[in-house]
Amino acid sequence: MGKVIVVTSGKGGVGKTTSTAALGAALAQNGDKVVVVDFDVGLRNLDLVMGAERRVVYDLVNVIQGEAKLTQALIRDKRVETLYLLPASQTRDKDNLTPEGVEKVIAALKTAFDWVICDSPAGIESGATLAMRHADIAIVVTNPEVSSVRDSDRIIGLLDSKTVKAEKGERMDKHLLLTRYEPARAERGDMLKVDDVLEILSIPLLGIVPESMDVLRASNLGSPVTLADGASAPARAYFEAARRLKGDALPITVPGEKRGFFGKIFGRKAA
Amino acid sequence: MNLLRFFSRSPESAPAARERLQVLLAHERASTGGSDLVNKLRDEILAVISKHMKIDDEKVSVKMERGAQVSTLAVDIEIPFEAGKGTRKKAA
Repeated sequence: MGKVIVVTSGKGGVGKTTSTAALGAALAQNGDKVVVVDFDVGLRNLDLVMGAERRVVYDLVNVIQGEAKLTQALIRDKRVETLYLLPASQTRDKDNLTPEGVEKVIAALKTAFDWVICDSPAGIESGATLAMRHADIAIVVTNPEVSSVRDSDRIIGLLDSKTVKAEKGERMDKHLLLTRYEPARAERGDMLKVDDVLEILSIPLLGIVPESMDVLRASNLGSPVTLADGASAPARAYFEAARRLKGDALPITVPGEKRGFFGKIFGRKAA
Repeated sequence: MNLLRFFSRSPESAPAARERLQVLLAHERASTGGSDLVNKLRDEILAVISKHMKIDDEKVSVKMERGAQVSTLAVDIEIPFEAGKGTRKKAA
Protein backbone atom coordinates (compact mmCIF):
# COMPACT_ATOMS: atom_id res chain seq x y z
CA MET A 1 0.00 0.00 0.00
CA GLY A 2 1.43 3.36 -1.03
CA LYS A 3 1.88 6.48 1.05
CA VAL A 4 -0.12 9.63 0.38
CA ILE A 5 1.75 12.93 0.61
CA VAL A 6 0.18 16.37 0.43
CA VAL A 7 2.36 19.28 -0.66
CA THR A 8 0.72 22.34 0.83
CA SER A 9 1.47 25.88 2.04
CA GLY A 10 -1.55 28.15 2.31
CA LYS A 11 0.23 30.91 0.44
CA GLY A 12 0.55 30.83 -3.32
CA GLY A 13 3.78 31.05 -5.28
CA VAL A 14 6.04 29.51 -2.66
CA GLY A 15 6.93 26.46 -4.74
CA LYS A 16 4.32 23.75 -4.13
CA THR A 17 4.07 22.68 -7.77
CA THR A 18 7.81 22.89 -8.37
CA SER A 19 8.41 20.82 -5.24
CA THR A 20 5.73 18.27 -6.12
CA ALA A 21 7.30 17.73 -9.54
CA ALA A 22 10.88 17.64 -8.24
CA LEU A 23 10.18 15.29 -5.31
CA GLY A 24 7.95 13.06 -7.42
CA ALA A 25 10.63 12.76 -10.08
CA ALA A 26 13.38 12.23 -7.48
CA LEU A 27 11.48 9.35 -5.87
CA ALA A 28 10.71 7.83 -9.29
CA GLN A 29 14.32 8.21 -10.43
CA ASN A 30 15.20 5.90 -7.54
CA GLY A 31 12.82 3.31 -8.94
CA ASP A 32 9.72 3.92 -6.83
CA LYS A 33 6.35 4.04 -8.53
CA VAL A 34 5.05 7.58 -8.16
CA VAL A 35 1.95 9.49 -9.19
CA VAL A 36 1.72 13.26 -8.83
CA VAL A 37 -1.85 14.54 -8.57
CA ASP A 38 -2.83 18.12 -9.37
CA PHE A 39 -5.62 19.32 -7.05
CA ASP A 40 -5.64 22.87 -8.36
CA VAL A 41 -8.87 22.53 -10.34
CA GLY A 42 -9.36 25.48 -12.65
CA LEU A 43 -5.74 26.65 -12.38
CA ARG A 44 -3.75 23.54 -13.18
CA ASN A 45 -0.03 23.92 -13.69
CA LEU A 46 1.58 20.67 -12.66
CA ASP A 47 1.13 19.40 -16.25
CA LEU A 48 3.08 22.41 -17.52
CA VAL A 49 5.91 22.08 -15.00
CA MET A 50 6.13 18.36 -15.83
CA GLY A 51 6.15 19.08 -19.58
CA ALA A 52 2.98 17.08 -20.21
CA GLU A 53 0.59 19.92 -21.05
CA ARG A 54 -0.05 18.68 -24.57
CA ARG A 55 -0.78 15.14 -23.49
CA VAL A 56 -3.73 15.86 -21.19
CA VAL A 57 -6.88 14.13 -22.41
CA TYR A 58 -8.82 13.32 -19.27
CA ASP A 59 -8.38 14.73 -15.78
CA LEU A 60 -9.18 14.23 -12.10
CA VAL A 61 -12.66 15.76 -12.44
CA ASN A 62 -13.49 13.43 -15.37
CA VAL A 63 -12.50 10.45 -13.23
CA ILE A 64 -14.52 11.65 -10.22
CA GLN A 65 -17.59 12.32 -12.36
CA GLY A 66 -17.31 8.89 -13.98
CA GLU A 67 -16.57 10.27 -17.45
CA ALA A 68 -13.22 8.50 -17.70
CA LYS A 69 -11.41 5.62 -16.09
CA LEU A 70 -8.45 6.34 -13.86
CA THR A 71 -6.13 4.51 -16.27
CA GLN A 72 -7.27 6.78 -19.11
CA ALA A 73 -6.49 9.93 -17.17
CA LEU A 74 -3.02 8.92 -15.94
CA ILE A 75 -0.16 10.27 -18.05
CA ARG A 76 3.11 8.37 -18.01
CA ASP A 77 6.24 10.50 -17.96
CA LYS A 78 8.38 10.21 -21.11
CA ARG A 79 11.68 10.36 -19.21
CA VAL A 80 11.10 8.30 -16.06
CA GLU A 81 8.91 5.29 -16.64
CA THR A 82 7.73 4.87 -13.04
CA LEU A 83 6.47 8.47 -12.88
CA TYR A 84 2.83 9.33 -13.64
CA LEU A 85 0.73 12.48 -13.61
CA LEU A 86 -2.97 12.85 -12.85
CA PRO A 87 -3.84 16.34 -14.11
CA ALA A 88 -6.53 18.67 -12.78
CA SER A 89 -9.30 20.09 -14.91
CA GLN A 90 -8.67 23.50 -16.40
CA THR A 91 -12.24 24.31 -17.38
CA ARG A 92 -14.24 23.39 -14.29
CA ASP A 93 -13.97 24.64 -10.73
CA LYS A 94 -13.14 23.06 -7.41
CA ASP A 95 -16.79 22.35 -6.58
CA ASN A 96 -16.55 19.43 -8.98
CA LEU A 97 -14.30 17.66 -6.48
CA THR A 98 -16.54 15.68 -4.14
CA PRO A 99 -15.17 14.25 -0.87
CA GLU A 100 -16.42 10.75 -1.83
CA GLY A 101 -14.92 10.99 -5.32
CA VAL A 102 -11.54 12.12 -4.01
CA GLU A 103 -11.54 9.33 -1.43
CA LYS A 104 -12.19 6.70 -4.13
CA VAL A 105 -9.48 8.02 -6.46
CA ILE A 106 -6.88 8.22 -3.67
CA ALA A 107 -7.75 4.71 -2.47
CA ALA A 108 -7.32 3.34 -6.01
CA LEU A 109 -4.00 5.17 -6.54
CA LYS A 110 -2.64 3.89 -3.20
CA THR A 111 -2.99 0.31 -4.32
CA ALA A 112 -1.09 0.91 -7.57
CA PHE A 113 1.68 3.33 -6.52
CA ASP A 114 4.35 3.57 -3.81
CA TRP A 115 3.80 7.32 -3.50
CA VAL A 116 0.73 9.43 -4.24
CA ILE A 117 1.81 13.08 -4.11
CA CYS A 118 -1.02 15.61 -4.02
CA ASP A 119 -0.21 19.13 -5.17
CA SER A 120 -2.55 21.35 -3.15
CA PRO A 121 -3.99 24.61 -4.45
CA ALA A 122 -3.18 27.76 -2.47
CA GLY A 123 -5.66 28.97 0.11
CA ILE A 124 -7.62 27.15 2.80
CA GLU A 125 -10.81 26.41 0.89
CA SER A 126 -12.26 23.08 -0.20
CA GLY A 127 -9.61 22.39 -2.85
CA ALA A 128 -6.86 22.64 -0.27
CA THR A 129 -8.70 20.73 2.46
CA LEU A 130 -9.59 17.93 0.01
CA ALA A 131 -5.98 17.67 -1.14
CA MET A 132 -4.81 17.16 2.47
CA ARG A 133 -7.78 15.06 3.62
CA HIS A 134 -6.35 11.57 3.00
CA ALA A 135 -2.66 12.33 3.48
CA ASP A 136 -0.33 10.19 5.58
CA ILE A 137 2.46 12.75 5.32
CA ALA A 138 2.28 16.51 4.84
CA ILE A 139 5.03 18.61 3.31
CA VAL A 140 4.59 22.26 4.25
CA VAL A 141 6.39 24.41 1.70
CA THR A 142 7.51 27.69 3.23
CA ASN A 143 9.57 30.68 2.11
CA PRO A 144 11.65 32.51 4.71
CA GLU A 145 9.29 35.47 4.63
CA VAL A 146 6.62 36.64 7.11
CA SER A 147 3.45 36.06 5.10
CA SER A 148 4.50 32.58 4.02
CA VAL A 149 5.41 31.57 7.59
CA ARG A 150 2.10 32.86 8.91
CA ASP A 151 0.10 30.95 6.27
CA SER A 152 2.11 27.80 6.93
CA ASP A 153 1.22 28.05 10.60
CA ARG A 154 -2.45 28.23 9.64
CA ILE A 155 -2.11 25.21 7.35
CA ILE A 156 -0.39 23.22 10.12
CA GLY A 157 -3.47 23.93 12.26
CA LEU A 158 -5.72 22.56 9.49
CA LEU A 159 -3.54 19.48 9.04
CA ASP A 160 -4.01 18.77 12.73
CA SER A 161 -7.79 19.14 12.60
CA LYS A 162 -9.29 18.62 9.14
CA THR A 163 -7.59 15.45 7.95
CA VAL A 164 -8.80 11.86 8.28
CA LYS A 165 -5.72 11.10 10.37
CA ALA A 166 -6.42 13.96 12.78
CA GLU A 167 -10.08 13.02 13.06
CA LYS A 168 -9.08 9.49 14.05
CA GLY A 169 -6.93 10.99 16.78
CA GLU A 170 -3.70 10.06 15.04
CA ARG A 171 -0.72 12.33 14.61
CA MET A 172 -0.23 13.83 11.16
CA ASP A 173 3.35 13.44 9.99
CA LYS A 174 4.36 16.99 9.01
CA HIS A 175 7.60 18.18 7.42
CA LEU A 176 8.89 21.60 6.56
CA LEU A 177 10.41 22.23 3.15
CA LEU A 178 12.07 25.62 3.16
CA THR A 179 12.28 26.96 -0.39
CA ARG A 180 13.75 30.03 -2.10
CA TYR A 181 16.28 30.30 0.69
CA GLU A 182 19.05 32.82 0.14
CA PRO A 183 21.95 32.05 2.45
CA ALA A 184 23.76 35.32 1.81
CA ARG A 185 20.73 37.41 2.71
CA ALA A 186 20.02 35.30 5.79
CA GLU A 187 23.66 35.73 6.80
CA ARG A 188 23.33 39.51 6.52
CA GLY A 189 20.25 39.44 8.73
CA ASP A 190 17.88 40.46 5.96
CA MET A 191 16.09 37.13 5.70
CA LEU A 192 14.71 34.78 8.33
CA LYS A 193 17.22 32.05 9.06
CA VAL A 194 16.45 28.33 8.90
CA ASP A 195 16.45 28.12 12.70
CA ASP A 196 14.05 31.07 13.01
CA VAL A 197 11.47 29.39 10.78
CA LEU A 198 11.96 26.03 12.50
CA GLU A 199 11.53 27.55 15.92
CA ILE A 200 8.36 29.40 14.93
CA LEU A 201 6.66 26.52 13.11
CA SER A 202 8.18 23.71 15.22
CA ILE A 203 7.86 20.88 12.71
CA PRO A 204 10.83 18.80 11.52
CA LEU A 205 12.83 19.96 8.52
CA LEU A 206 12.71 17.90 5.31
CA GLY A 207 15.10 20.07 3.33
CA ILE A 208 16.28 23.50 2.32
CA VAL A 209 16.01 24.44 -1.34
CA PRO A 210 18.11 27.48 -2.25
CA GLU A 211 16.76 30.24 -4.50
CA SER A 212 18.14 29.36 -7.90
CA MET A 213 17.97 30.13 -11.59
CA ASP A 214 17.96 26.39 -12.19
CA VAL A 215 14.39 26.12 -10.90
CA LEU A 216 13.11 28.69 -13.42
CA ARG A 217 15.16 27.12 -16.20
CA ALA A 218 13.70 23.70 -15.44
CA SER A 219 10.13 24.99 -15.48
CA ASN A 220 10.81 26.84 -18.74
CA LEU A 221 11.79 23.49 -20.22
CA GLY A 222 8.90 21.59 -18.67
CA SER A 223 11.11 19.36 -16.64
CA PRO A 224 11.28 18.73 -12.89
CA VAL A 225 14.55 20.28 -11.69
CA THR A 226 15.84 16.88 -10.55
CA LEU A 227 15.60 15.73 -14.19
CA ALA A 228 16.67 18.95 -15.91
CA ASP A 229 19.93 19.30 -14.00
CA GLY A 230 20.45 16.64 -11.38
CA ALA A 231 23.72 18.19 -10.19
CA SER A 232 22.29 21.66 -9.51
CA ALA A 233 21.93 22.88 -5.92
CA PRO A 234 18.10 22.74 -5.85
CA ALA A 235 18.08 19.27 -7.45
CA ARG A 236 20.50 18.00 -4.81
CA ALA A 237 18.29 19.44 -2.09
CA TYR A 238 15.24 17.65 -3.56
CA PHE A 239 17.13 14.35 -3.93
CA GLU A 240 18.12 14.55 -0.27
CA ALA A 241 14.56 15.42 0.77
CA ALA A 242 13.31 12.39 -1.18
CA ARG A 243 15.77 10.15 0.66
CA ARG A 244 14.60 11.55 4.00
CA LEU A 245 11.01 10.75 3.02
CA LYS A 246 12.13 7.16 2.57
CA GLY A 247 13.50 7.17 6.10
CA ASP A 248 17.19 7.95 5.55
CA ALA A 249 18.54 9.97 8.47
CA LEU A 250 20.65 12.30 6.30
CA PRO A 251 22.12 15.39 7.93
CA ILE A 252 20.56 18.60 6.57
CA THR A 253 22.83 20.72 4.42
CA VAL A 254 22.29 24.42 4.88
CA PRO A 255 23.13 25.99 1.50
CA GLY A 256 25.96 28.46 1.50
CA GLU A 257 27.59 27.30 4.71
CA LYS A 258 30.77 26.61 2.82
CA ARG A 259 31.37 29.68 0.75
CA GLY A 260 34.28 29.87 -1.59
CA PHE A 261 36.67 32.73 -2.16
CA PHE A 262 34.63 34.35 -4.93
CA GLY A 263 31.41 33.84 -3.02
CA LYS A 264 32.86 35.75 -0.08
CA ILE A 265 34.01 38.61 -2.23
CA PHE A 266 31.02 39.05 -4.49
CA GLY A 267 28.25 37.66 -2.32
CA ARG A 268 25.77 35.35 -3.89
CA LYS A 269 22.86 36.44 -6.03
CA ALA A 270 21.73 32.88 -6.60
CA ALA A 271 23.01 29.52 -5.50
CA MET B 1 23.71 58.60 -2.75
CA ASN B 2 24.44 55.16 -4.09
CA LEU B 3 28.01 55.09 -2.88
CA LEU B 4 26.85 56.05 0.59
CA ARG B 5 24.22 53.33 0.47
CA PHE B 6 26.86 50.86 -0.54
CA PHE B 7 29.03 51.58 2.48
CA SER B 8 26.43 52.21 5.14
CA ARG B 9 24.50 49.14 6.16
CA SER B 10 20.85 49.28 7.00
CA PRO B 11 20.01 47.55 10.28
CA GLU B 12 19.07 43.88 10.17
CA SER B 13 15.40 43.27 9.47
CA ALA B 14 15.16 39.52 10.10
CA PRO B 15 15.02 39.83 13.92
CA ALA B 16 12.02 42.15 13.55
CA ALA B 17 10.29 39.63 11.26
CA ARG B 18 10.94 36.88 13.75
CA GLU B 19 9.62 38.83 16.69
CA ARG B 20 6.51 40.05 14.88
CA LEU B 21 5.70 36.52 13.79
CA GLN B 22 6.13 35.09 17.27
CA VAL B 23 3.73 37.62 18.79
CA LEU B 24 1.19 37.33 15.97
CA LEU B 25 1.14 33.54 15.84
CA ALA B 26 0.76 33.18 19.60
CA HIS B 27 -2.44 35.20 19.21
CA GLU B 28 -3.70 33.46 16.11
CA ARG B 29 -3.10 30.00 17.52
CA ALA B 30 -5.08 30.93 20.61
CA SER B 31 -8.02 32.29 18.66
CA THR B 32 -8.31 29.55 16.03
CA GLY B 33 -7.19 26.56 18.05
CA GLY B 34 -8.93 27.57 21.26
CA SER B 35 -12.41 28.42 20.01
CA ASP B 36 -13.53 24.84 20.30
CA LEU B 37 -12.38 24.63 23.89
CA VAL B 38 -14.19 27.84 24.80
CA ASN B 39 -17.42 26.53 23.30
CA LYS B 40 -17.11 23.27 25.20
CA LEU B 41 -16.43 25.10 28.44
CA ARG B 42 -19.42 27.34 27.84
CA ASP B 43 -21.77 24.39 27.30
CA GLU B 44 -20.52 22.51 30.33
CA ILE B 45 -20.61 25.52 32.64
CA LEU B 46 -24.13 26.22 31.45
CA ALA B 47 -25.17 22.62 32.15
CA VAL B 48 -23.78 22.67 35.69
CA ILE B 49 -25.42 25.95 36.61
CA SER B 50 -28.79 25.09 35.10
CA LYS B 51 -28.96 22.10 37.44
CA HIS B 52 -29.34 24.52 40.31
CA MET B 53 -30.98 27.60 38.89
CA LYS B 54 -32.73 28.81 35.80
CA ILE B 55 -30.49 30.88 33.59
CA ASP B 56 -30.74 32.27 30.12
CA ASP B 57 -28.34 30.71 27.54
CA GLU B 58 -27.78 34.06 25.99
CA LYS B 59 -26.66 35.66 29.21
CA VAL B 60 -23.55 33.54 29.60
CA SER B 61 -20.28 34.69 28.18
CA VAL B 62 -17.02 32.78 28.30
CA LYS B 63 -13.86 34.48 27.17
CA MET B 64 -10.36 33.14 26.96
CA GLU B 65 -7.52 35.58 26.68
CA ARG B 66 -3.98 34.50 26.18
CA GLY B 67 -1.10 36.69 27.13
CA ALA B 68 2.60 36.00 26.92
CA GLN B 69 2.88 34.95 30.56
CA VAL B 70 -0.61 34.00 31.73
CA SER B 71 -3.95 33.19 30.20
CA THR B 72 -7.21 34.24 31.78
CA LEU B 73 -10.59 32.64 31.51
CA ALA B 74 -13.42 35.05 32.18
CA VAL B 75 -16.90 33.68 32.80
CA ASP B 76 -19.72 36.15 33.02
CA ILE B 77 -23.15 34.82 33.95
CA GLU B 78 -26.26 36.84 34.50
CA ILE B 79 -28.55 35.30 37.12
CA PRO B 80 -32.10 36.66 37.11
CA PHE B 81 -34.18 37.05 40.29
CA GLU B 82 -37.77 35.88 40.09
CA ALA B 83 -38.74 39.55 40.09
CA GLY B 84 -36.73 40.03 36.94
CA LYS B 85 -34.12 42.26 38.56
CA GLY B 86 -30.75 41.08 37.36
CA THR B 87 -27.71 40.62 39.45
CA ARG B 88 -24.36 39.86 37.96
CA LYS B 89 -21.94 37.47 39.38
CA LYS B 90 -18.46 37.47 38.03
CA ALA B 91 -15.86 34.80 38.25
CA ALA B 92 -12.44 34.93 36.67
